[in-house]
Amino acid sequence: MDTLPSPFSGNDAGQLSGPRSEPLTAGQLRELFSLMVAVRHLDSSAIAWQRQGIIPGYAPELGQEAAQVGSGYAVDTTRDFVFPTYREMGVARAMGVDMVAYMSTHKATWHGGLYDPLQSRLAPIQAVVGGSVLHAVGWAHGQTLDQKDGVAMTYFGDGASSQGDIHEAMNFAAVMKAPVVFFVQNNGWAISVPTERQVAGGSVAARAAGYGMPALRIDGNDVVAVVEATRRAFAHARAGNGPVLIEAMTYRRGPHSTSDDPGRYRSLNEERDDAGEDPLERFRRRLLADGVADEAFFAEALAAAKAEEEHIRAGIQALGSRPGSEMFDLVFQETTLALQAQAANWREESEHV
Amino acid sequence: MSNAILESGAAMADGTPRRGVEQLSMQQALNLALDEVLAANPKALVFGEDCGRLGGVFRVTDGLQAKYGTGRVFDTPLAESGILGMSVGLAMAGFHSIPEVQFDGFAYPAINQIVCQIARMNYRSRGTMPMPITLRVPSFGGIRAPEHHGESLEALFAHVPGLKVVSPSNPHEAYHLLKYAAERPDPVVFMEPKSRYWQKGEVDFDSADPAGSPAGGSPAGAKVMRAGRHLTLVAWGAMVARCLQVAELAAEDGIDIEVLDLRWLKPIDEAALAASVRKTRRAVVVHEAPLTSGLGAEVAQLITQACFDTLKAPVERVTGFDVPYPSGDLEDEYIPNIDRILFGIQRVLEYKRG
Repeated sequence: MDTLPSPFSGNDAGQLSGPRSEPLTAGQLRELFSLMVAVRHLDSSAIAWQRQGIIPGYAPELGQEAAQVGSGYAVDTTRDFVFPTYREMGVARAMGVDMVAYMSTHKATWHGGLYDPLQSRLAPIQAVVGGSVLHAVGWAHGQTLDQKDGVAMTYFGDGASSQGDIHEAMNFAAVMKAPVVFFVQNNGWAISVPTERQVAGGSVAARAAGYGMPALRIDGNDVVAVVEATRRAFAHARAGNGPVLIEAMTYRRGPHSTSDDPGRYRSLNEERDDAGEDPLERFRRRLLADGVADEAFFAEALAAAKAEEEHIRAGIQALGSRPGSEMFDLVFQETTLALQAQAANWREESEHV
Repeated sequence: MSNAILESGAAMADGTPRRGVEQLSMQQALNLALDEVLAANPKALVFGEDCGRLGGVFRVTDGLQAKYGTGRVFDTPLAESGILGMSVGLAMAGFHSIPEVQFDGFAYPAINQIVCQIARMNYRSRGTMPMPITLRVPSFGGIRAPEHHGESLEALFAHVPGLKVVSPSNPHEAYHLLKYAAERPDPVVFMEPKSRYWQKGEVDFDSADPAGSPAGGSPAGAKVMRAGRHLTLVAWGAMVARCLQVAELAAEDGIDIEVLDLRWLKPIDEAALAASVRKTRRAVVVHEAPLTSGLGAEVAQLITQACFDTLKAPVERVTGFDVPYPSGDLEDEYIPNIDRILFGIQRVLEYKRG
């Protein structure tokens, strides 16, 4: 292997091969801000939609906008492929996925979402914790076999890092030198269990050393740091150097889902102390201080976010149920007589069909 | 042994399927089928634990890595969930994986990937991400193996929406069913009866179903392995050969038994079951798996549904017991043997209404 096994080393990216990527332009910085505002507004609106009965449930990503938008922004959708969990709305938005089709999963329209995963370069929404991480390894190994230069990025959290599949995925990827970026959002909580009760040793990134895999532990609330780290990881994997792990330290500011009650396991004081500065506000101040954007731009970005949310909400509200026949038709590519018979019975015995 | 296989069993150098009839063991027939699949489909991959250089612990993949290279036939780390999870991503990237789980009992560590991922991805992705994965599982008992090396998982897999399940009973079936399964766009669990790997039999390369469907037809559905008039024995995998033995013994007493090899355990060929039992009016289903909630219950219900009016007796089940698969010393007590099958037949023949 050209990349030596290296111990965990904080924010030091020195173990990654290749040059640092070009600094982000002012236009790109503003674009990132606009994306984060759009994601923040859609995310908080989705909770309101749930309270209003528009959708039955939602898994908010409040506080993780920098980690999600920053990493999703680094994806090259002409050749890369991304494997999300159920909490990657910001990634999907940054990748340009059709958001009505994405949010349809939260309307209980279709489990995996209605977007075309192949065209979107985003695998169907995954509800098994850690379930799709091995898929990324397989897809990435397919790139090696096909002599293509695509990279797979797979998301998971501090909670999922406890799953055996995560170990298997990292070991397989490292043994096969598969071009995978393991993007861990360490948001402090797996529903009600804090990271210290979840991750022995305190760091998922530290585990990469055992696989001989470079790792970056970054400030996941600094969107610029996230973009840069993700780009470096992609470049490393794309150059044939094997997988990379990024542990983006962030904080789940909201509940696990709209059914969760964080008051049962953490206090408001703890939330305030542990969450740190809001990544969006922090980025806003930075853009302002650097003269990259002004109040007029921020107002414009917020107005655009509101208009976008209204458009998506209208799309979600207009979305009807899928025809029940799809239950039967989409099980197999080649259906069976038994399934056809069940579909026929269902049709015959369901007055509403 | 491996050289002999390569000489007698390998596909033509250019990948052309063989013609004519040959005597092969099931292991050779499976090896040949994989060889031809790899030759015909550049996107087909064979991998698993010890599948590469060693050729698999049962030598089913023998010689394939040498012929097709380490990119297409390879060893994975020793982790079944990893093997099956990787197959999902490879399918998304356009490959047809033919992974091997080394022994039936080691499919359990991969259950999440098989049940929650492979079986559902076509559905979850609305048909945009088919899962053409042919999972080979050396299955069932009969070889005095250690614990977890003699399991019968067909009912478990057949119960999962999105999976298809098939088991060959002899070398001819093994060759044609594996080639057919490995060309399907859906996931198929291919259960190889490991106690039959070394039994030789005639493989007719020209016809998937010389005795059944039209010549050259696809090996879908069940197959009558022996025609009879008095009773139908329904079986699959290694139990088919045993039922054929039973039929010969019964014939000495003037009992004419039909043996139906179910082959596909999902979907089950209901029409073939109905056709056979409407004729014989009696049925016994035989399997190695435990009795309770075994596939025999499903078969019995399908027969009852289709043939209630003509049945002379309730469908009998002769099966393994509701116990963990025993050690080698006791496995002959567990697996349905000739005597137990004959008793089952007797119960059906002697059944009196009321």
